[in-house]
Amino acid sequence: MFNRDTWREIFATIGKNKLRTFLSGFTVALGILIFITLYGMGNGLINTFDQFFSQDATNVIYVFPGRTSLPYKGYKSNRTIEFDNTDLADIKTNFPMFLEHISPIIRRSALAKYKQESNTYTTFGVDWGQQFAEKTVIMKGRYLNHRDIEEKTRNAVIGRLVEIDLFGAENALGKYIDLGGSVFKVIGVFQDEGGDNEERQIFIPYTTRQLIEKNTDEVDQLVVQFKPELGYTGAMALESNLRRFLKDKKYIHPDDRNAFFIRNVTDNLKQNQEFAGALQLIVTVVAFGTIIAGIIGISNIMVYVVKERTKEIGIRKAIGATPKTVISTILLESVFITTISGFIGMLIGIGLLRSLGDNLADDYFITNPYISIGVAVFATVLLIVFGAVAGYVPARRAARIKPIVALRDE
Amino acid sequence: MPTMIEIKDLHKSYQMGSNSLHVLKGINFKAEAGELVAIMGSSGSGKSTLLNILGMLDEANSGDYILDGVPIKNLNETKAAQYRNKFLGFVFQSFNLINYKTALENVALPLYYQKVGRKEREAKAMRYLEQVGLREWANHLPSELSGGQKQRVAIARAMASEPKVLLADEPTGALDSTTSYEVMELIQQINDQGNTILVVTHEEDIAHMCKRIIHLRDGVIVEDKKIKQKRASEYVQ
Repeated sequence: MFNRDTWREIFATIGKNKLRTFLSGFTVALGILIFITLYGMGNGLINTFDQFFSQDATNVIYVFPGRTSLPYKGYKSNRTIEFDNTDLADIKTNFPMFLEHISPIIRRSALAKYKQESNTYTTFGVDWGQQFAEKTVIMKGRYLNHRDIEEKTRNAVIGRLVEIDLFGAENALGKYIDLGGSVFKVIGVFQDEGGDNEERQIFIPYTTRQLIEKNTDEVDQLVVQFKPELGYTGAMALESNLRRFLKDKKYIHPDDRNAFFIRNVTDNLKQNQEFAGALQLIVTVVAFGTIIAGIIGISNIMVYVVKERTKEIGIRKAIGATPKTVISTILLESVFITTISGFIGMLIGIGLLRSLGDNLADDYFITNPYISIGVAVFATVLLIVFGAVAGYVPARRAARIKPIVALRDE
Repeated sequence: MPTMIEIKDLHKSYQMGSNSLHVLKGINFKAEAGELVAIMGSSGSGKSTLLNILGMLDEANSGDYILDGVPIKNLNETKAAQYRNKFLGFVFQSFNLINYKTALENVALPLYYQKVGRKEREAKAMRYLEQVGLREWANHLPSELSGGQKQRVAIARAMASEPKVLLADEPTGALDSTTSYEVMELIQQINDQGNTILVVTHEEDIAHMCKRIIHLRDGVIVEDKKIKQKRASEYVQ
């Protein structure tokens, strides 16, 4: 079956029936090419998705204050809930197993001035650990540290665009800016991929902010960073424990849903991952639809090829070809063509994905499209195998036709 | 001379819907080695059916067929293909050459199925092409050959496997008379070398170039006579 003569015969047939060879090869190559491109693009979409949601740390729970909506333990409804430093300390002592860090946020709008330049920015009074919750990247200088918080220093970390706005080409490090009437020293400049807004922020120690505001101990939000080892279930458990703890402490009705709000990044992340998973599934279904279309295409061509060759098969049988020889020659020929062109399509597809790289990232949300070699080879082999099966049926029928029928005049 | 073909009480009918068409109604005849037999008859007389059965391209419903002492019966496709390859050579009215193969490749094809090596195959095919006078045309495709040349390639192909019997179904049916005589001359030469040949034809002059004429009418042999052979070379200028 695999001797040189057989292959010589097959190559002769392939070489002399170029249109037929081209048609079946093209179908297979195109099918694989479309499959790989689609599948790779789908992966690129998911990459973009992952990037979107990996900008902030995922082991963070945000707690925002609200107003009560139910009366409880002698308190009327519509009571404003506020957080203060004791809440920070209490959470720290009650959840030591879970916590990595807890930081408050005090958000204030402030006019910042440096020489002639001035602009209004959002300032955030934060703890030193906030750097990790937001994955703030320091370009130069440093972030706030323990000392800043404890000693209530007048140090500020400004965004890249704040530096450009206020200092122009000057280096902001070590310079002093007027921030809502108080003077702060710029100790660091950060950058953030989140966009322009996030680079127009200013971080100061929350203790300094409280000192400026008549030594209050109130804070706006709580940013709870938990240990990443907790995973999704741990994070959800922590969230509900935290909820119960705060409701208890602040005398809030257990069913009150408006007293404060919790945003759990892990939960969002999971939803987004599920969405990405659904996307992946759709892409996979469409891609395999393409493969099935390719299989149907190659089957049709095989039926046509065998029909076209019926007379030739009759001639061959009349001069001594056995049915087995006839079938194996037709099949080897078709498998050979589909294998070669399938792998050509595969290589072109992979090359195409490689060359795309990040070119589509900005306009089409497709980042670094790729397909694993395993999936690509599997799809190609699938197409080859089904092409062979599809060819076998008509080939066997043709081989069974009596030569007298096949030779009956046109 | 030993008996090459022997058939006894051969019957064949075709099922046409609910009707059965009885084509061969008990054929008996013997052909000895080296005979050149013409099978004549009007269309529908069953002559092509008879030839197809002799060529194992079709099967009889009943009766015996013995080819060179081998009973041809209950053949599966594979066996039939092997017998055809070993015992028989075919020449068809419409040549039936494979159109994308050159004359040489067409002639070599039966040898390929006999698993003859490539070099030997090509040398042998070239010898037979030479015998039919087409050595210079060896590398031409059938579409580049005239009808007479195609038929001569087909004859070379039939002879290449050195069959016991050469079966020709209207070999001159698609050719003009000059070319027909040339083809018949070739067939006579091959017969002169001792090959057994059966020719189905409905042309009297072609039949008279054989050594024996069998007349078929309505599925039975009505006449079976030996004749004095007319040499085709007499007609060829």
